[in-house]
Amino acid sequence: MLDEIIIAGFGGQGILLIGRLIAQAGMLEGKQVSWMPSYGPEMRGGTANCTVIVSSEEVASPVVSNPSSLIAMNQPSLDKFESLVEKDGIIIVNKSLISRNVKRDDVEVVEVPANDIANELGNLRVANMVILGSYIAKSKSVKMENVFRALEEALYRQSEKMIKLNKEALERGAMFC
Amino acid sequence: MVDRLLMRGNEAIGEAAIHAGCRYYFGYPITPQSELIAYMAKRLLKIEGATFVQSESELAAINMVYGAAAAGGRVMTSSSSPGISLKQEGISYITCAELPCVIVNIMRGGPGLGSIQPAQGDYFQATKGGGHGDYHLIVLAPSTVQELADLTIKAFDLSDKYRNPAMILGDGLLGQMMEPVEFKEYDINSIPSKESWALGSSHGREARTIVPFNLDAGEMEKINNRLKQKYIDMQKEAECEVVNMDNPDIIVVAYGIVARIVKTAIQKAKKDGINIGLLRPITLYPFPSAVIRENVHKAKKILVTEMSMGQMVEDVELAACGKAEISFYGRTGGVVISPVEILEEVKKLLK
Repeated sequence: MLDEIIIAGFGGQGILLIGRLIAQAGMLEGKQVSWMPSYGPEMRGGTANCTVIVSSEEVASPVVSNPSSLIAMNQPSLDKFESLVEKDGIIIVNKSLISRNVKRDDVEVVEVPANDIANELGNLRVANMVILGSYIAKSKSVKMENVFRALEEALYRQSEKMIKLNKEALERGAMFC
Repeated sequence: MVDRLLMRGNEAIGEAAIHAGCRYYFGYPITPQSELIAYMAKRLLKIEGATFVQSESELAAINMVYGAAAAGGRVMTSSSSPGISLKQEGISYITCAELPCVIVNIMRGGPGLGSIQPAQGDYFQATKGGGHGDYHLIVLAPSTVQELADLTIKAFDLSDKYRNPAMILGDGLLGQMMEPVEFKEYDINSIPSKESWALGSSHGREARTIVPFNLDAGEMEKINNRLKQKYIDMQKEAECEVVNMDNPDIIVVAYGIVARIVKTAIQKAKKDGINIGLLRPITLYPFPSAVIRENVHKAKKILVTEMSMGQMVEDVELAACGKAEISFYGRTGGVVISPVEILEEVKKLLK
């Protein structure tokens, strides 16, 4: 198997964490993984993206020209990466911030109102976990239980309550697939 | 079983250094390697007897490295392209004084202050000397996060073995990306004793000096001869990965992160019925000329690809001794080559 995922949005939306959890979960499953951030003179409110590869074989290039999946947390990200997604690939769209429809008709599209659900849960910051939950449910790239484990490792400094909230967000997102 | 950890390249270098017994680090932050200095601060400050200094400048850092190396410590510094340029005087001095140390260069776009994105434009500087005088560094070029760790440990060992500075030549992409990494057991007791030459208390022995000069020309020439002999001796350390060299239509030569991008191009090319061989120098100095020479006749065309305007291409030409037609393709300034671009270039050459 080979999943090449681009995750993109505003800086501060937790884009890099989405990628890291997919990579960590893949590693826990004994797969080969790589996580590559875009980096630059960027800050909160700017653009952020990362590329994650989960593979049963050695990961060659960490740079991906045509990802099999795109998680777009805002409209500029969809505009930038939509055309690059492979045919029959997956595009997960944050419907709360993206008003337009996906133009491609040769990919699978899932629309998730990630910010609205996060607000319902009482914390806008978990919108990233909502959309990640949807991606995991749709792609089955890695197992949700391993995303939970990765989350516990990544948020070890956070309170139990915070980890529980993130898990809840993942589960709510997983209903969209 | 050793645990696999998901780590950033920069942090993996730091952990590997500590694993290999490095207890002294001096550096000044610069993107894209700042996670390394931050990691060393976090880790070394908790180890008894270890020293971490964020110095006032790159110049100060490299001279602190000189001091710690002269005292017999396993010592490291790190920076990125413009910062490495600032260290060159000190590196030349350390080489003349025949002291071991590890210098990490996580390259970014140049020249000048350049950009902060990944590049490979410091190949000449790293492999041909960099500072003034007749000398070379041992230069290792990792292509994965695991190799960043393994080659960092190897750099310390080779540096001690030859009493010559060793450089890890990576790039911003390798430094910033995360991959699983394992740290295999390393016996710190295997580090060679430095008692016969290191400075310290001269109690019970004759006083020693370690200096980067000799004002007697004849004596200075002797130092150069000794260095030259070391560079001849270390040729046997040359390493090169050879991939898919069974009847290739074309051979690509690339190092570091670019070699991995080539590996994806190899997979893509197979679908189009094109067989691409890959030669990946792991040591850039000593350069694996013999492996290149043995292999270049296996295809009519050779493509060297780098994230620079073409620097390693000269070493490949020298190794090939005119026995192959060598082309070059590169992107630079911080632009990362894509697998598709390499494949297109290959197709153009095979037309």
